[in-house]
Amino acid sequence: MGHEGNPFVEKAIAREISRRQFLKNVGFGAAALSGAQLLAACGTFGNASGGSKSGAEAGDITGKFDWKREDGTTIKLLLNKHPYTDALLDRLDVFSKLTGITVERDIFPEENYFDKLTVALSSGQGTYDAFMTGAYQTWQYGPPGWLEDLTPWIENESATNPEYDWEDIYPNLRAADQWNFEAGSELGSGKQLAIPWGFESNVVAYNKKVGDKYGVTEAKTLDDLVSVAQEITDGESGMYGIATRGSRSWATIHPGFMTMYSRYGLEDFTISGDELKPGMATSEAIEFQDKWAQMNREAGAPGWTSYTWYQASSDLGAGKAGMLFDADIASYFQNQPGASNEAGNIRWYPGPTGPDGSLATNLWVWSLGMNANSSKKMAAWLLIQYATGKDHLRWGAVNADMVDPVRKSVAEDGAFKDRLDKAHPTYLDTFNQVIDQTAIQFTPQEKFFDATTSWAAALQNVYRGDDAKSVMEDLASNLQSEVNGG
Amino acid sequence: MSATTADDRAPKKVSSGRRALRPYLLTLPALLLTIGILYPFGLGVFYTFFDYSASNPQPGFIGLENYTNMFASSDFWSSALVTFEYAIGTTVIETMLGVAVALLLYRGSLVSGVLEKVLILPLMIAPVIATIMWNLMLQPSIGVVNYLLSPFGLGGIEWTDSPGLALFSMIMIDVWVFTPFVAILALAGMRSLPRDPFEAASVDGAGYWYTFRRLMLPMLWPYILVAVIFRFMDSLKMFDIIYALTQGGPGDSTMVLQVRAYQDAILFTSFSQGLAYMVVLWAIVFGITRILVGVLGRAQARAAGAS
Repeated sequence: MGHEGNPFVEKAIAREISRRQFLKNVGFGAAALSGAQLLAACGTFGNASGGSKSGAEAGDITGKFDWKREDGTTIKLLLNKHPYTDALLDRLDVFSKLTGITVERDIFPEENYFDKLTVALSSGQGTYDAFMTGAYQTWQYGPPGWLEDLTPWIENESATNPEYDWEDIYPNLRAADQWNFEAGSELGSGKQLAIPWGFESNVVAYNKKVGDKYGVTEAKTLDDLVSVAQEITDGESGMYGIATRGSRSWATIHPGFMTMYSRYGLEDFTISGDELKPGMATSEAIEFQDKWAQMNREAGAPGWTSYTWYQASSDLGAGKAGMLFDADIASYFQNQPGASNEAGNIRWYPGPTGPDGSLATNLWVWSLGMNANSSKKMAAWLLIQYATGKDHLRWGAVNADMVDPVRKSVAEDGAFKDRLDKAHPTYLDTFNQVIDQTAIQFTPQEKFFDATTSWAAALQNVYRGDDAKSVMEDLASNLQSEVNGG
Repeated sequence: MSATTADDRAPKKVSSGRRALRPYLLTLPALLLTIGILYPFGLGVFYTFFDYSASNPQPGFIGLENYTNMFASSDFWSSALVTFEYAIGTTVIETMLGVAVALLLYRGSLVSGVLEKVLILPLMIAPVIATIMWNLMLQPSIGVVNYLLSPFGLGGIEWTDSPGLALFSMIMIDVWVFTPFVAILALAGMRSLPRDPFEAASVDGAGYWYTFRRLMLPMLWPYILVAVIFRFMDSLKMFDIIYALTQGGPGDSTMVLQVRAYQDAILFTSFSQGLAYMVVLWAIVFGITRILVGVLGRAQARAAGAS
């Protein structure tokens, strides 16, 4: 491109304008270009939900089911560093041999896994075809359209192995990943946003020697549990009564706390007209939360406000905590030979019931989801159905650490039962006692993480001595406007 | 090698087209910088004028509403206060300690030679790793800090359970990591000072403290100010230590602006709201840095006069 006819350039060459003026004009041009790009970026808002959808959709798959349908395809997974992931990686060669699909994967530790997943999905790109997710995350990722609805894939006989047996997965777990995006509506209708892979129910694990001495399994109410925890703290040198999570995170609310809260018939939100009404500030809820904070203050971990599942379960394994009210699998890992000081000495029971005998138990479910913007959906679906199919899950339950099976047939498998009963007595009994009442006890809504993180912060304030009533009333007031879009 | 001829030395004739391109080529690096750095920044600012979130991927223009909501919220003001408490606390302690350490090392001995090399070790550790390490050491039941304090009757301190102690613990970790940075800058400054004034002061019988206060400190001031500017800017933006230690807790007592921004933008996927926090934090850092750089310029002029 020549400069003829461009007075600005000609003046510059003829040195009729100053260097400063020249740079100023070029800078203006750059700014204009940048501004134009900014305006063009308006379109990037749309990418998050639209993306470049391509490749076969569920309805495009016809003919007889064939594992080799996507032979030669390469898909990419995003996985959390977890024993369920390890079990899958151990058997990826079997999958690749079965399907001819090559699987690439990125694996991140749990601390920043969901940050990575959020960024990947919100970009609107199909970088990852399938990924691990939790049910609560589907309430955040589902509404913007980042997750593929898997119902059409499950129902398409051409796409799904006839032996897949969707109904074999426990109904509460199937429901946990299914939602219609209406805040407050019951789970189990609408889109199937992910497929359950492995879950965790929240029960009490305890140190057997200490538990036998203080009668831990006799603790039938929360008051009993508090008393036993206090007795252990007072009676055992270098040991405190009960470990729970306490960090300022949504993850503090969902395990032991929400399980016991639900057993007392308490709710996070109720529906009032078209709005969600926070339930943390009812007199019963305040009394419960005050008691929970008191239990942790007087018979819980020193430094409770920084406690995550890792510290809490490590304390049980190290013999520093008499009990742990958390995910059953967290204590299972501590009980494995050589894993901790107390390995082999950990037992389980469901924990206290509610006043009406309720064993309502909150769950966490690791699930596999499909990126709505994937261009290799059929291949991704083959991987998902393989990983959540009977063969792999049975193998994982018998040979690896997938010990809370999402499938009834696996939970009833003789080899699995023998293995668990021998190495981890009472684990499976406890699992079976709570499984029918194990479900997501939260009210589904998009602001789940905002609400539960604020809830954890409020609980910390009660723990350090603030008045529970005023703390919870403030929380309820803030959440009322937050979750209802005020 | 061939001999240079007069023809080789003669200026080559450049075509008018190439000459026309030269001004553009000169500005190309600046243009790339504009696109590479300012574009994401500009885009971030742009998003703050919308209500962009995961639940609202087709947002509408809302003008300054994100900012007015933020300024009307008590959360913002409490976070801003904690941000400043943290930044001022760390900068003051690190500056004083750093200069003190530099003075000790400046005297020169075999021990100081070794210490000078050891001193730099914390700087080589990523702040998040240092925090995880300190978090373990500060654990009330198993941490080594309480174990060491227990003979003095101070073994039961819960370092992160109360607001004051949690903030103190974070500042302590920052001080552990970054004091060497200040010390190294101050030491380099001390070693670059002219020796004559100190010899003259010594001949005149000036004491150590008098020499430090009246002679060394005024000349060292520009170096200290550089350290202060870097540390204050960095502390205002510090995320790693705070998030890894308390995530803003207990309650909201250590919730700084940058952790709140992360929470809103990434954890809660309220992108515009989180970005508004970051833009305000940027404006604060930018404004304060401009003021400090002005002070530095005046200090340099004074120090030049003094030397």
